[in-house]
Amino acid sequence: MSKYYVNKFLFTIDRDPEWVASYKEDPRGTVDRWEKQIGRWLNVTEQTSWLEFTPEEREALSTHDYVSLFENGAHFFLNLTLFIALFDEEYAAAHGPLAFQTEMARQLGHWTGRDYPSVAM
Amino acid sequence: MAELTAVLASTHHPFYYKATTSPEDQRPPYAADWQRKVEAYRATLTAAEPDILVMVGADHFHQLWLDNYPQFLIGKQERYDATFYNEEREFGIPKYTLAGDIELSRHMHEELLGKDFDLSVSHELKIDHSIICPIITVRPEADLPIVPIYTNIFVPPLPSPRRFYALGRAIREVIDSFPSDKKVAAIGTGHLSLELGGPRQFGEHGPDPLFDADAIEWLSTGNVDAILDNVTHESMAGAGNATHGFMDLLLMMGIAGPGVQADYVDHLDLFHTREMYMTWYPNKTQDQLEAAARAAKTAQASIGPIYASDPTWDQFRGERAATAGAAEA
Repeated sequence: MSKYYVNKFLFTIDRDPEWVASYKEDPRGTVDRWEKQIGRWLNVTEQTSWLEFTPEEREALSTHDYVSLFENGAHFFLNLTLFIALFDEEYAAAHGPLAFQTEMARQLGHWTGRDYPSVAM
Repeated sequence: MAELTAVLASTHHPFYYKATTSPEDQRPPYAADWQRKVEAYRATLTAAEPDILVMVGADHFHQLWLDNYPQFLIGKQERYDATFYNEEREFGIPKYTLAGDIELSRHMHEELLGKDFDLSVSHELKIDHSIICPIITVRPEADLPIVPIYTNIFVPPLPSPRRFYALGRAIREVIDSFPSDKKVAAIGTGHLSLELGGPRQFGEHGPDPLFDADAIEWLSTGNVDAILDNVTHESMAGAGNATHGFMDLLLMMGIAGPGVQADYVDHLDLFHTREMYMTWYPNKTQDQLEAAARAAKTAQASIGPIYASDPTWDQFRGERAATAGAAEA
């Protein structure tokens, strides 16, 4: 897994409300647009020549698959905060406070008692 | 020389501001108890009459990033902005501007380098909730200059627990040697057992209440040997994937000193994590000790160590025994 590039996606989307809205509405299109506009950029002049997603990473990000991201070592804090941004409000409205957070825990329940995937790179 | 008048080590919880400032009918049921304990704890800092705050925390991927992530960093600025967009979004924490203390930042940076702690330095550091939460809880006036120090508790490989403690000892020496007549308080926040983004997050209790029991005893009795013998990166991960924030509390114990008992200890089971509030007075005065005693009476806190043998923890020993029994069956 290109953990750094996946984490870069989570980090840069989470800190910008326009990217958060875009990622919620159109995840697949946003992944493509992000790569062109942000992913490979080091600054306005310089770009990396080698960072890219694997097909599995691209699919996980394009389908909001936070379970797969956790299982492949995306950083737990970034994985949590971005998906809270996407889903907390609607879950809370339907099911009460912290409903998305508890749903996320339920989805990851099969990891209870096991060593979690490493977030080290 | 400067006088270190208080050392505060506590957890930081970004939900506190919203929980205690929302309209009465929207407050969660635990808000009143939480506020009472926090406001009592605040009095232990007020009694220290600080002029400057040395503040230890950790950036939660708000500014510091994997392209160049420092193990330890100090801010050296005249002013600091605080609160990132995604913290306002998630926690409702407002924006702040805090004064810095360039003189102490420079002294701290140079003296720590002299003690072989090679801190990175930032001249454009924005403060996140690891430092704004304790401002909100223990100094809501936000009227004192700060010296922020950030540690790496998120990006493995992490510095060892022993290194965090040693940095705390070095910071103590540097504060004691600061050529000033100012009173300095050191405030650091971190975590007890904590899970974020994993299967144990937001449960009925924190992920490992018995780790919390040991941690509070070790910190409040000044038993650094027990921590260094028992706490490793692996054991912290076993207590919850974000438990490594405990090392910032260990750092604060380094500032307080080995074998030094805390003068004020409180904690609160806040469903998915346990809050903890601890204060040491390195140069105790009668006024400080009386303030701590008054605060403890209000909060039902302790003016001395709390031990893991305290009956508070019995329910969790029962749960662990039941879990172990079920696993064996």
